[in-house]
Amino acid sequence: MSEERGFSRRKFLQGVGAGALAAGAMPDLARGAEAPEDAPDLAGPGPVPVTLDVNGVRTTIEVEPRVTLLDALRSRLDITGAKKVCDHGACGACTVLLDGRPVYACSMLAIAAQGKKIETVESLAPGGELNAVQQAFVAHDGLQCGFCTSGFVLASEALLRQNPRPSHEEVLEALSGNLCRCGSYQGIKKASGAAPGGG
Amino acid sequence: MYSVGHSEERKDGVAKVRGTARYVDDMTFPGMLHARTIRSTIACGEVLAVRHALEEQGFTVVTARDIPGENVIALIADDQPCLADGVVRHAEEPLLIVAHPQRAALWQARVDVEYHARAPLLDAERSSTIFKEVQIDKGDPGRGFAAADVVVEGEYRTSWQEQLYIEPNGVIAVPENGGVTIHGSLQCPYYVHAALCRVLGLAGGKVRVVQAVTGGGFGGKEEYPSMIAAHAALAALKSGRPVKLVYDRMEDMAATTKRHPAVVRHRTGVTWDGRITAMDIDVLMDAGAYTTLSPVVISRGALHATGPYRCDHVHVRGRAVMTNTPPNGAFRGFGAPQTEFAAEAHMDRIAERLAIDPLTLRERNAWRPGDTTATGQTLGADCSALDVLCEAALRTDFQGKWRRNRGSGRGIGLSLFFHGAGFTGAGEERLASRAALELTAFGARIHVSSTELGQGAHTVLPQIVAETLRVPYEYIEIAPVDTAGVPDSGPTVASRTSMIVGGILQRCAEEMRDRLGSLSPEEYLELHGPLVITKEYERPPGSVWDEEHYRGDAYGTYTFGCNVVELEVDPVTYEARPRRLTAVLDFGKALNPALAKGQIEGGSVQGLGYALLEEVVHKEGRMANNQLANYAIPTTLDVPPLDVVILETPYRHGPFGAKGLVEAPIDGPAPAVINALRNAGYDLRSLPATPEKIMEARCGST
Amino acid sequence: MRTAASDLELVRPDSLEEALCALAADPALRPIAGATDLFVEANAGALRGRRFLDLWPLRELARIEANGDMLSIGALATFARIARAELVRARLPLLAEAARQIGGLQIQNRATLGGNIANASPAADSLPVLMVAEAAVVLQSARGERRLPIASFISGYRQTALADGEIIAAIEIPLLPEGAQRFRKVGARAAQAISKVVMAALVGPVPRVAVGSVAPVPLRLRRTEAVLAAGGSLAEARQALQEEISPIDDLRSTAAYRLRVAQNLLESFFAGG
Repeated sequence: MSEERGFSRRKFLQGVGAGALAAGAMPDLARGAEAPEDAPDLAGPGPVPVTLDVNGVRTTIEVEPRVTLLDALRSRLDITGAKKVCDHGACGACTVLLDGRPVYACSMLAIAAQGKKIETVESLAPGGELNAVQQAFVAHDGLQCGFCTSGFVLASEALLRQNPRPSHEEVLEALSGNLCRCGSYQGIKKASGAAPGGG
Repeated sequence: MYSVGHSEERKDGVAKVRGTARYVDDMTFPGMLHARTIRSTIACGEVLAVRHALEEQGFTVVTARDIPGENVIALIADDQPCLADGVVRHAEEPLLIVAHPQRAALWQARVDVEYHARAPLLDAERSSTIFKEVQIDKGDPGRGFAAADVVVEGEYRTSWQEQLYIEPNGVIAVPENGGVTIHGSLQCPYYVHAALCRVLGLAGGKVRVVQAVTGGGFGGKEEYPSMIAAHAALAALKSGRPVKLVYDRMEDMAATTKRHPAVVRHRTGVTWDGRITAMDIDVLMDAGAYTTLSPVVISRGALHATGPYRCDHVHVRGRAVMTNTPPNGAFRGFGAPQTEFAAEAHMDRIAERLAIDPLTLRERNAWRPGDTTATGQTLGADCSALDVLCEAALRTDFQGKWRRNRGSGRGIGLSLFFHGAGFTGAGEERLASRAALELTAFGARIHVSSTELGQGAHTVLPQIVAETLRVPYEYIEIAPVDTAGVPDSGPTVASRTSMIVGGILQRCAEEMRDRLGSLSPEEYLELHGPLVITKEYERPPGSVWDEEHYRGDAYGTYTFGCNVVELEVDPVTYEARPRRLTAVLDFGKALNPALAKGQIEGGSVQGLGYALLEEVVHKEGRMANNQLANYAIPTTLDVPPLDVVILETPYRHGPFGAKGLVEAPIDGPAPAVINALRNAGYDLRSLPATPEKIMEARCGST
Repeated sequence: MRTAASDLELVRPDSLEEALCALAADPALRPIAGATDLFVEANAGALRGRRFLDLWPLRELARIEANGDMLSIGALATFARIARAELVRARLPLLAEAARQIGGLQIQNRATLGGNIANASPAADSLPVLMVAEAAVVLQSARGERRLPIASFISGYRQTALADGEIIAAIEIPLLPEGAQRFRKVGARAAQAISKVVMAALVGPVPRVAVGSVAPVPLRLRRTEAVLAAGGSLAEARQALQEEISPIDDLRSTAAYRLRVAQNLLESFFAGG
């Protein structure tokens, strides 16, 4: 455990006002000391409070700055629809929507997702009733093992919200950031083309 | 029909699209530790010393000395240790298991290992350690070659392919009742069960294996979950706490099995009119450091090496040999994709030599009912090699396009393939699989150890029962796959689940239907109490197999398929772009047409990856491109339109006529691609057909 | 094996001035934005640094605008925005095309032009485009602002001329001379691929060509351009290209393939031109 725990959001600079600064005029800094209000926040390495707006619920958790959005969702909030597969932005299984746009949750820090509206696959059928995209995935058998499915469902959902009647090429391109090893691409393409836009 | 033949929605679909299906890494247990495997960094040598201070840092550390039973992962040869004890035979071999309450702490665990490294053996062709050799002899090849007008020879090479199930391997071991319970991503719960009993020295009743929702396997979760479960179990028993061991993707790619690389040499006698008179085939497979399943892989490879063609005089020799790479193992197709690639690429070279077209050569030689295979098996009425061939050729105007394309940079290629369903030879008898059916107030509950991997087993098996009981599909449940509650139905491999386990369940359901008579399930239960019917596999009448001489009925029957691939080669980049893949498959009966189509499409996509994209780069016995960014599998943009045609020539011993399905579709795409490249003017004899190789193969312009 | 990043620290400024002050105070701070490359590094066990400066909140660095003939793209503009931006599509369509082919949409929604430049990968798809466009990198620090041509900004294999305390603020792209803009990325597959060869070109009276993944840094092919400008044959241009590049064998391709395909791309761009 870090002994710096507690300096959760301390200020990075002290005695440095914003404004024109000559390089030589930079004062010596003692990290961790009090700083004026207009200095930037320093987070870490110990846990810091991070407020995430996930599926319409705002939750504040204490996480170290290194923690990815994916790990925060899965390990801290027990929202496990987004999956960890490659852990370096190459497969799409961890896709979530950030202010409506698909991103890889494995490739961004949780702390950077603050103030954004985060949607995971769990948000699409809150009462258990599948939304249009989910229904289309089931109806067209756009899945087999299911591990990539939440990523594909969200990538499709994002596409159809923006573009309710995508062309075949637009569907292929919008889904090309997601990998399905079962090779269910035919069903996935049909589902993404067939679901009424907007989910 | 009540259910069979209908595209019922998969039972696992809703939970998967909602994100509520719980895979191993979605599960936690109170007090759970996280484990990581410490692996060898050399490919061959001895471990001289292991130094760490992990216990002081709160880690549980497991070494070979902590193994209460035998230090072995029980499978075929029992030569693979659970944890390497002094000797290292491949890179990434497990040495220690470390476990800690904080998952993030695992990456900080420092272990210094001192080795005495030896030069690893990495070239299978130089290996003298043979794990398994098989020979198939039919007729007198000397006579066959004497009768030939032309002898065509060829050497064909295939490389590794990573299964790349999207969910990495993972298990949780929970200490329970003086033993251990495993929750895991796995294909074969009873394999894991047997292996754990040996490693832990526990009686069967103390070990319980439960399948979690599993994110794909393709053979890759046939052997290794036994080892991973053993590692987690050892840490759980040592710490007294639940232990989760989930592989990192890069670790999974570097350390676990791949499809065996193969070198296949053909020597074929043919007459000028295109009849095959003799075949001499040599198959060499690189098994890696331990035997694992290689004896069965080489066996299946050899049994499929002739392609589905008549020939009276055949000699096939297959060897699986040791090298110092991580063991190669099961992957959809199980040896057949390698040898059928060679057979089909060779057929096009024979056609070229005889100056006849590839379709005509295949039409002349394709098996008909009544023909015999290399092992002397007489093919039944369900042998439909010619039917799938003709359907695919007609549908694609194969001959016309093949003539027009020649040398144009555009190509069309064809492959005719077959796949034996179920275990080889007497394997199914030895397995003696069992399945049980329990009467419920509405219908029935299935008890099998067959696992749902996405292939649809837990949808199709209920369909078979529903149809037999004549009740709606929704009335049939399937019990959780848990060795404490389900009988051993054998492993979920070898395209055997629908045909073999489905067949047993069909017999259970028939008896249940007879017992019920005119009573409803509810009435029956009230009158007679609970009803559970358990049945065991029965060999089809008349089937014989001589293991020693490889003679007789190698498989109950065969599924047949034909692929046609149309592609273009980019003259600037040498990339082969498939424009259409046609897959005609006859597997007796499409129990669920939508799911069957998904299996054919999925196998075709993996086959296209094998053909064009997927290349394992090895450096000193270690996979160097073990990242998803550098090992390229097909994306949506890499897959052309797939035209799937299902033919249904019933197999009389399969449930509702069904044979095995899921592996066959991967046998055909690679040779069809290679043959399309030949049609386009590129002579390639190895996989994958990367642009780099196509550039080298460019005819006449280099 | 992956890097244990447990001691990562993150400085989160609210303004550009704050960011520059922080960087001036601690030049070891590593600026990050979309962080997509950061996680690739971390996963490969090659994470550089442990203290990071999060520029993402500085939306003033994300503007895409035209100042007269100068197209200015903020360093934090994502590839998704660049691919969609009318200004980019009208003035520098090859950059929009390159942006559309960098990773999948999820990457394009986070990865920034500034990040791609700072990462200075020889395979970075945006760099040949910027070289052909003769873009300037606008660098800011607490000391002030300076501009460097993109070609001199990339100073070596994964190295840049970024001085202590500096960040990439924007990329300025002058109007391109007359000509057809061509771009082609060649990777292992049709999407989500790291380039084996990537080429951008201006095919016109004053030809320009730049190529990536064939040398430790992306290259502007000045001698090849001279051959083309002087009316040399395509064979001569291919020869000049061969002399300018130094491709290698690696995980993704071979030197022979890279050379041949770079030559073919050149020829395909300039044939009949």
